[in-house]
Amino acid sequence: MTQSMRAPLLFGLICILMIGTGVVQGPTAMLTILSYGLISAIMALGVNLQWGFAGLFNVGVMGFVALGGLASVLITMPPVGEAWAAGGLRVFAGLALGAATIVAAVLVQTRMAKGTVRNLLTIAVLVVGFFLFRGVYDGAVDAIEAVNPAGTGYLGGLNFGGENYQDWGFMALIAWPVGGLFAAAAAWVVGKTALGLRSDYLAIATLGIAEIIIAVMKNEDWLSRGVKNVNGLPRPVPYETDLQNDPSFIERAASFGMDPVTASTIWTKVLYCGLFAIFLVALLWMAQKALNSPWGRMMRAIRDNEVAAEAMGKDVTARHLQIFILGSAICGIAGAMLTTLDGLLAPTSYQPLRFTFLIWVMVIVGGSGNNFGSVLGGFLIWWLWVQVEPMGLALMDLITAGMADGSALKVHLTDAAAHMRLLTMGIILLLVLRFSPRGLVPER
Amino acid sequence: MDILNALVVLANFVLVPGLAYGAQLAIGALGVTLIYGILRFSNFAHGDTMAFGTMSVILFTWAFQAIGISFGPLPTALLALPFGIAVTGLFLLGTDRTVYRFYRAQKAKPVILVIVSMGVMFIMNGLVRFIIGVRDISFADGERFIVTARGFKEMTGLEEGLALKTTQAITLVTAFVVMAALFWFLNRTRTGKSMRAFSDNEDLALLSGINPERVVMVTWLIVAALATTAGTLYGLDKSFKAFTYFQLLLPIFAAAIVGGIGNPIGAIAGGFVIAFAEVTITYPLKKVLGYLLPESLEPASLVQLLSTDYKFAVSFVILLIVLLFKPTGLFKGQSI
Repeated sequence: MTQSMRAPLLFGLICILMIGTGVVQGPTAMLTILSYGLISAIMALGVNLQWGFAGLFNVGVMGFVALGGLASVLITMPPVGEAWAAGGLRVFAGLALGAATIVAAVLVQTRMAKGTVRNLLTIAVLVVGFFLFRGVYDGAVDAIEAVNPAGTGYLGGLNFGGENYQDWGFMALIAWPVGGLFAAAAAWVVGKTALGLRSDYLAIATLGIAEIIIAVMKNEDWLSRGVKNVNGLPRPVPYETDLQNDPSFIERAASFGMDPVTASTIWTKVLYCGLFAIFLVALLWMAQKALNSPWGRMMRAIRDNEVAAEAMGKDVTARHLQIFILGSAICGIAGAMLTTLDGLLAPTSYQPLRFTFLIWVMVIVGGSGNNFGSVLGGFLIWWLWVQVEPMGLALMDLITAGMADGSALKVHLTDAAAHMRLLTMGIILLLVLRFSPRGLVPER
Repeated sequence: MDILNALVVLANFVLVPGLAYGAQLAIGALGVTLIYGILRFSNFAHGDTMAFGTMSVILFTWAFQAIGISFGPLPTALLALPFGIAVTGLFLLGTDRTVYRFYRAQKAKPVILVIVSMGVMFIMNGLVRFIIGVRDISFADGERFIVTARGFKEMTGLEEGLALKTTQAITLVTAFVVMAALFWFLNRTRTGKSMRAFSDNEDLALLSGINPERVVMVTWLIVAALATTAGTLYGLDKSFKAFTYFQLLLPIFAAAIVGGIGNPIGAIAGGFVIAFAEVTITYPLKKVLGYLLPESLEPASLVQLLSTDYKFAVSFVILLIVLLFKPTGLFKGQSI
């Protein structure tokens, strides 16, 4: 099989898998897998930018995805007026104080001459700043969280649609790029501190920052209600119930011979898939353009030999920072999409195995350094991730078929089938790394 | 008296738990640092190795309990520990043979080995979930306390109690034994010396006739022992849950790096630094200050510097500070 035939054939395979799913499990299941597959492909594209183009080892994908989700809430939910009145400005004053403390400490470190005085002064600035920050911030947080804690208890977002904020679905489309911006900002901070370090230190640093972002989202109830979750996010596609009450839609559904309920679920999912596909295609196009531009060649030159690239006058750290921010921003966009699709922001649902390491499996399996490869990996691995569970269950049924009903081993095996996923992903990753280390669609 | 009370509160809630947690982290970090020193990669599967080891210990503990073997006042898990270590050791040797050896022969870049260890992490995590499930498992039995808070109060007549859990005492004793044995092994035995030589300069070690496969095998066995011990101690002290062990990866790496990765003494120091920082910063100091300060200055709030959920942030910030100001760690570690 020649290189050029490989990608189309594999994409054909994905199509067959999807159609097969549609036939066996119904079109709704297929469209659900497809929509999450599209989002996964975007995340894989972002990670591929960092790893495949620049060799940066980012294991904090989960954090950037979660920040995107946060952006979805902050943009599409309506503001809570009472909470803003209770402590909105004070919270931001507190945060500004906190930021000012850090800036002051950095200034002391950079401007003063080395010595004990500088170190003591830095510590003093940090300690005093911390208590000032807590003093201003804590009161505001308590005030905000006291406003109707069961219903809101947070500042809300920037959707000024008022009562009918659910109708302002287009806000979601604004939220997606904003999710990218949030992730980019976080990536700038991480990159500034950690990119000069060795590659494994970057890994640990990103792993840490991801956990911290999740911890913040779980704890800062004033921001996104923490573990109380935010649900009912406005969406850019019509609601099923509205469609079912729309006479023209019912008529159109009838002309296809479908009942309105099924037709409305399918139609909204198709719309979602269309929107995601537009974003994926646009990002893929940009990534391809970037890869084949002089900039892309420079990135790969840096990846393959940092010393030589530096000797040619390339600013390695700055370029790394640039691509780290870009890749993280793409993950943020995907994260915002994911939250909009779910209609729910639940910080506890962010698990590193699902949101960091699974994306890595996608990139490695698909082919690092090749944009089409990572997109392919995104679809393929997501499909497997979803399908392994029923497959595992079927396998377990087969194995336990001979056992007596209710025997402890049978119950255990059937229960444990749900955990087949991680095992399968690990085996796939190791097999690909061993026998096809450049992935299914290798870099050209 | 007030000062004594304050000290007792501090000891009860910060010092003793911090020591125990620090010892657990230190043993975990020793495993990470050994792999880094000898196999030259950051092993992302270490948290799950700990989980796997603990799981085997739990299974043996259950088997022993079922046939009526107990360890008197001590937890049965201690009896099961050698068996758990053996199983984990065999498993790690198996992964080395099937997975890592290929890349070693290829002289793959460290980052590739890190990704490979990610795959191993998935498999181990899946296996643990598959075999024992995801729920919280408490497997400590025997006496719960050596000194109860009430007993301490009666003994000393102080207002505050100091409790010492059996598991905490066991952790400290075991940690001491393990560390002593490890250092004796590394510094006094022929195999240990060859390991250090291999870690310092691989080519030179090969030239002087050290068998690399043997060094690697011994390393994995030691790592199995360390990871299983650390995991079991942590599980006895708190409880066993597959996901918690995965999350331990961050503080353990922080400990290893803060101490200077590749340096065993550094790993131990790093473990205690991280543990004490986490416990102190997330502990509400209200009671302590209440005893120390005059009544008029008594704090109204809890004086908790950070909420407990931010404990990851603590290890992370310490890690960053050390990396920025002393990239080789507190004790001079290696850099590749």
